[in-house]
Amino acid sequence: MFRLEYRDVTMNFPAAKGAGTVTAILKVTFSIRDGEVVSLIGPSGCGKSTLLNIGSGLYAASKGQTFVDGERVEGPSAHVAFMLQKDLLLPWRTIRENVMFGMQIQGHSRADCRRRADELLTSFHLAEFAHRYPDQLSGGMRQRVALARTLAVDPTVLLLDEPFSAIDAQTRIVLQRDLARTLTAARKTALLITHDLFEAVTLADRVLVMSPRPGRIIDEIKIEIPDRDDPIKRRRHPNVEQYVERLMELLDIGHSA
Amino acid sequence: MSFFTTRNAVVKKGTLISLVLLFASLAMWEWGFQFLGVPRFIVPPASEVVKESVQMWQTNHLLMHTGITAAEVIAGFVLGSLLGAGIGYLLGMSPTAEFALSPYILALQIAPKVAFAPLFILWMGFTIYPKILVAVLIVFFPVLINVLTAIRAIDFDLINLARSFKATRGQIFWNIEFPSSMPQLFAGLRIGSTLAVVGVTVGELVGGNLGLGYLLVIGQGQADTPMVFVSILMLTLIGGVAYLAVVLLEGRVLHYSSSRTRRLS
Repeated sequence: MFRLEYRDVTMNFPAAKGAGTVTAILKVTFSIRDGEVVSLIGPSGCGKSTLLNIGSGLYAASKGQTFVDGERVEGPSAHVAFMLQKDLLLPWRTIRENVMFGMQIQGHSRADCRRRADELLTSFHLAEFAHRYPDQLSGGMRQRVALARTLAVDPTVLLLDEPFSAIDAQTRIVLQRDLARTLTAARKTALLITHDLFEAVTLADRVLVMSPRPGRIIDEIKIEIPDRDDPIKRRRHPNVEQYVERLMELLDIGHSA
Repeated sequence: MSFFTTRNAVVKKGTLISLVLLFASLAMWEWGFQFLGVPRFIVPPASEVVKESVQMWQTNHLLMHTGITAAEVIAGFVLGSLLGAGIGYLLGMSPTAEFALSPYILALQIAPKVAFAPLFILWMGFTIYPKILVAVLIVFFPVLINVLTAIRAIDFDLINLARSFKATRGQIFWNIEFPSSMPQLFAGLRIGSTLAVVGVTVGELVGGNLGLGYLLVIGQGQADTPMVFVSILMLTLIGGVAYLAVVLLEGRVLHYSSSRTRRLS
């Protein structure tokens, strides 16, 4: 069963100057199975984030359709949650209240929200910070809170747009492991946009490669390395280098420059 | 002096310098001007102003006039802020309304608000209402503009985050837009609290027989400089208390921000 499916999705934007339109993505078709984690890589400005916004129902595609759990996406859905490079924590809410945010919007009772938030904070080793405010936490911790907030609404599909690219390299490795474990344990389906080719390979079951604008899917690579729930272990696998080399070739890195 | 001065050291040193300046200026006021040959009817020494204020308390109902002016300031400030913030949020939520109304808002903003005082007195007579109305008008704009700017500056990803959880328009307003605007709303209120005094004073100067502005007119008519000084000091006091009240409220509301140290200006 497909959790997330794009069929012939095209997105045109009005051009910044003058008349006409710019095509950001062109006839993108792919699907993600239940519990699968798929990375999406491509040059800057190729429409990766646009693809994600369409999937989350925030913007309507110019042409084509998107499906979540077989249902056509026609607006934000309770089954999809997204997480960006920015943690988007609300500075006036405590850490616990930030984790509760999505659930509260969706109308869950306060007691339910609290219980779920405390569970997540405990599993992310953030319980002692529940009463702190975002300003008092480090970037890595804040991003972990953002992940907790995303998971709190119990989505079936997670859309992750460069979630760790603003985090320092050491913290990033830990966060990647936390994410991989959580996704595997909860059997979540995820689409992960990243610029980090090692991240793309070590976290995913499959990597989709996009072309420069107008973005199309130009290749798909299955990652056949065990231990998807442990990117640190995976990173040491001898085949990782080959996959990364392959992706560099596809993205034309190191040839044109 | 070290480049890395601790906050504590800054407070200590700053307070000391402030106190020295206070005593220096008081001394200058008391003896300096006389020493320079400035006549007492031009700049009355501090001690005379203090004496005058006691006398005004006893014979000119200083307390009553101060109370009336303060009440007008509070009324004008509260009404003006509510109106400015309310319209600011409405315009912030409706780009069309903002676009349509912006030329008129700009025109009203450019018009010198205090110039309306005589008109309001013609309309409403020598009551407290024209004074409050001038204050409302003058407080309205900084609050409106600040709120509007704050709403415009909200990170759209935050709105999208709320939308992705299927938030309604009302939920987006109360959970994202309204709390996001607090720092700038308070910046507007700080400006408004000082401007309210200006509005009320001008209103009182133009007409009526109540309030500190009225005492200013009397003092001027009688060439009673100490009386003018006392009135100015009391007006400053009212503005200062209003400003302090806003700062204290701001500290309570914006308690979550660690970058926000307690500043008074």
